[in-house]
Amino acid sequence: MKPALKRTLMIGLLALLLAGLIAGCNRGRRDETPEPVSAEGDLPANALQIAAERGLTPDDINAALKTFMPSGQWDEYLMFASGGHSGNMMVIGIPSMRILKHIAVFTPEAWQGYGFGARDIEEMLDAGNVNGVKIRMGDTHHPALSETEGDYDGQYVFINDKASARVAVIDLRDFETKQIVKDPNIISNHGSTFVTPNTEYVVQGAQYATPLGWEYAPIEEYEEKYRGLITLWKFNRETGRIVPEESFSIEAPPYWQDLCDAGKLVSDGWAFCNSFNTEMATGGIEDGNPPIEAGASQRDMDYLHIFNWQRAEAAVKAGKAEMINGMAVLRMPVAVEEGVLYLAPEPKSPHGADVTPDGKYIVVSGKLDPHVTIYAFDKIEQAIAGGNWELDPFGVPVLNYDAVKHAQIELGLGPLHSIFDDQGFGYTSLFLDSAVAKWKVGDEDPESWQMVEKLPVQYNIGHLTAAEGDTVSPDGKYVVVLNKWSVDRFAPVGPLLPQNIQLVDISDGNFKVIYDMAMGIGEPHNAQIIKTDKINAWTAYPEVGWDPIKQEKSEYATLPGEERIERNGNTVEIFMTSVRSHFTPERVRVKKGDHVIWHITNIETAHDATHGFQLGGHNISLSLEPGETVTFELDVSNDGTYAYYCTEFCSALHLEMMGYLLVEP
Amino acid sequence: MAGFLERILGPRVPPDEANAGRVRYLIPTALFVVAAVLLVTSIFLPYWRLTLNAPQYPKGLTIHAYLNRLEGDVSEIDGLNHYIGMRPLGEAAQFERSISIVGVAAVSLLILAAVVVHTRWVVLLTLPALLFPAVFLLDLQFWMANFGRNLDPTAPLSSSVKPFVPPVLFEGKIAQFSTWAMPESGLWLALAASVLIAAGLYFHRRAYKPLVDAQQGTA
Repeated sequence: MKPALKRTLMIGLLALLLAGLIAGCNRGRRDETPEPVSAEGDLPANALQIAAERGLTPDDINAALKTFMPSGQWDEYLMFASGGHSGNMMVIGIPSMRILKHIAVFTPEAWQGYGFGARDIEEMLDAGNVNGVKIRMGDTHHPALSETEGDYDGQYVFINDKASARVAVIDLRDFETKQIVKDPNIISNHGSTFVTPNTEYVVQGAQYATPLGWEYAPIEEYEEKYRGLITLWKFNRETGRIVPEESFSIEAPPYWQDLCDAGKLVSDGWAFCNSFNTEMATGGIEDGNPPIEAGASQRDMDYLHIFNWQRAEAAVKAGKAEMINGMAVLRMPVAVEEGVLYLAPEPKSPHGADVTPDGKYIVVSGKLDPHVTIYAFDKIEQAIAGGNWELDPFGVPVLNYDAVKHAQIELGLGPLHSIFDDQGFGYTSLFLDSAVAKWKVGDEDPESWQMVEKLPVQYNIGHLTAAEGDTVSPDGKYVVVLNKWSVDRFAPVGPLLPQNIQLVDISDGNFKVIYDMAMGIGEPHNAQIIKTDKINAWTAYPEVGWDPIKQEKSEYATLPGEERIERNGNTVEIFMTSVRSHFTPERVRVKKGDHVIWHITNIETAHDATHGFQLGGHNISLSLEPGETVTFELDVSNDGTYAYYCTEFCSALHLEMMGYLLVEP
Repeated sequence: MAGFLERILGPRVPPDEANAGRVRYLIPTALFVVAAVLLVTSIFLPYWRLTLNAPQYPKGLTIHAYLNRLEGDVSEIDGLNHYIGMRPLGEAAQFERSISIVGVAAVSLLILAAVVVHTRWVVLLTLPALLFPAVFLLDLQFWMANFGRNLDPTAPLSSSVKPFVPPVLFEGKIAQFSTWAMPESGLWLALAASVLIAAGLYFHRRAYKPLVDAQQGTA
């Protein structure tokens, strides 16, 4: 009996083992992938021949190998670049430099269904209207990724519209714009967006001064009535919205407060904005006055604005702010009284003010001065504590330059912006030299701050950015330079040229341009580069019937079987679904003069099963991502026969995915 | 009546015999009990899965069949099936699914009941469980054939996809999809239960047949 027991158990075990094997062997049923090249180098026989035929140098081959992204592989980094006066934002993969997405922000984009009927989006865009004027353009400059403890967290990205002093919030779960806010007291906000280390606030400098309260005042009364403004937009991470009611501004002299950076680590709680035109030039070439460009460049020094946003916040909460156009404004004397605002001289019409990753130093690029000037945060604190200042004509303390200036490095002509790597180097764009300067980030010894080398770039470099290069922990590896002119770099496409965006390899002592990317859809002023795996984007909306603006299930969600057309007087409400390859209903009958409220739910849940919707003759274009519900409204003022159809090639029967809107006379 | 029941239950094990050959009588009981536990556990696990691979679905589409429901990419597969005129998968095996939980629980109870039956009637009690995996697969094959053969002739792709019978196991091909069907943990457990029952019946016979023979001899 014992042997029999054993035998049976063995058979049983074998059966289970076999079962396991069969179950296991079907897991990897995919096509075999080719082996990567081994270190010994088994390159295809014709590799050298191809290189020779194309005239590639060893550096070119190196660059190609470092940037080529094999089919199906993902870029290690994502770059969020402003789209300049396209009013939008670009997402670009690094190192491949492929454009992955064009995010509509301030300007309508038909293919994204942005600004062509979708009701929630129209309402959001209308929140950015100015004095009742419908604004459907913008000039985006400086994207800011949300941060936690000074590091990108991949949740949100902010961007400004310089032209109308607006700020937008983009949610990185679906890479779509969720909110636009307008600063009621200014008309330009070039100096934004920059976030504080935990995204408590989005910092904004006004640039072009306007009369306080943004009203009319003669330009001759510039010094008396015009004022600069620094705004701190309060951000609520839970709701994903800026809260204007909890935001506030700090009144500043009518110098043009420009690019800012928030302090971090030791300097957390402070922020730094440079300024230019402390000459307070207002131009008037036509009246025989010096042009602004000359008038604003007379003095050797402008002022770095140093302000404590935590003290400002406390003062506002203590009721010390004045409400102007619905916005809390900390007036200048109060700001000075509360120790919120200080100035420090900075060489000539500077451009960037960038805080080093350790938060100890602020690097100001001279623009019209060939240096970067480094301010030590501890010296600023000492100067403030020691009262080492004089007052400017507006009663704002100007710290003693020699007391706060820590070091200066002569880099070349036209230094604009600085960014950092993980090896203790800073990189500064040199606009006039068309070059990037690499320099050693020093320490307490001012002599330790040293120029290292320069790399020519093509041409007229503006901003530059590096992998997580403005956080507390830069990644190094890549610098991207955003050149204003491309001149001869690309095949001719008429007199309006693309920008030339160049990827620079800074890994392991390298310092070489390895890619030229033509940016033909907008001028990226600044950009930020985040590790791809920090972003957790949705592949489809979490539930069928999703309202992407509210980020919750829509009250108009329509599920299969619930499609209907309801008439209430002259109002017709349509509840429609879309799925490959039909809209339901396919015949919509209304009468001339009806008001139509039209809800469409894309009931798809599959990855990439987006449907589009355009209605001819009515300026309606929607994008229905999987799960999304969109509403638009329509006054049908002309009778006739109209076709609506799917604009995304969704399936083999995409062309058949249409319906008729029949407007009876 | 009592006599009938006694005939079915068969002879009890004499106490001295039970002590002497405890393992001998314990083995079939243990095998049956474990089989019942496995079968009940399988109620909570998927029985079968079908994966469809096509170029535009790099991760594939998968449905998991439980005893009473389908999970996974059902709506996507239904959406695709409408192009070839196949009915929604939810319409398949509605009766089977409605009784499956109670049915499998009952079948498991029958196995437990078999523990006290010492005659050849034990075969009848355990037979439903023994055959259950095969019944499951046969029923599945029936429904796949039923669905595959009854396509709506007015469907858009009816000219390129003719009625077909997808295989219930292993590889198949429908339009641009290659399909791969495999048992899942629930069915493996049910299968293991079958194996244990078969073994249990063998040991049951070894243990109790002498007793039954002896009883018949004395009678």
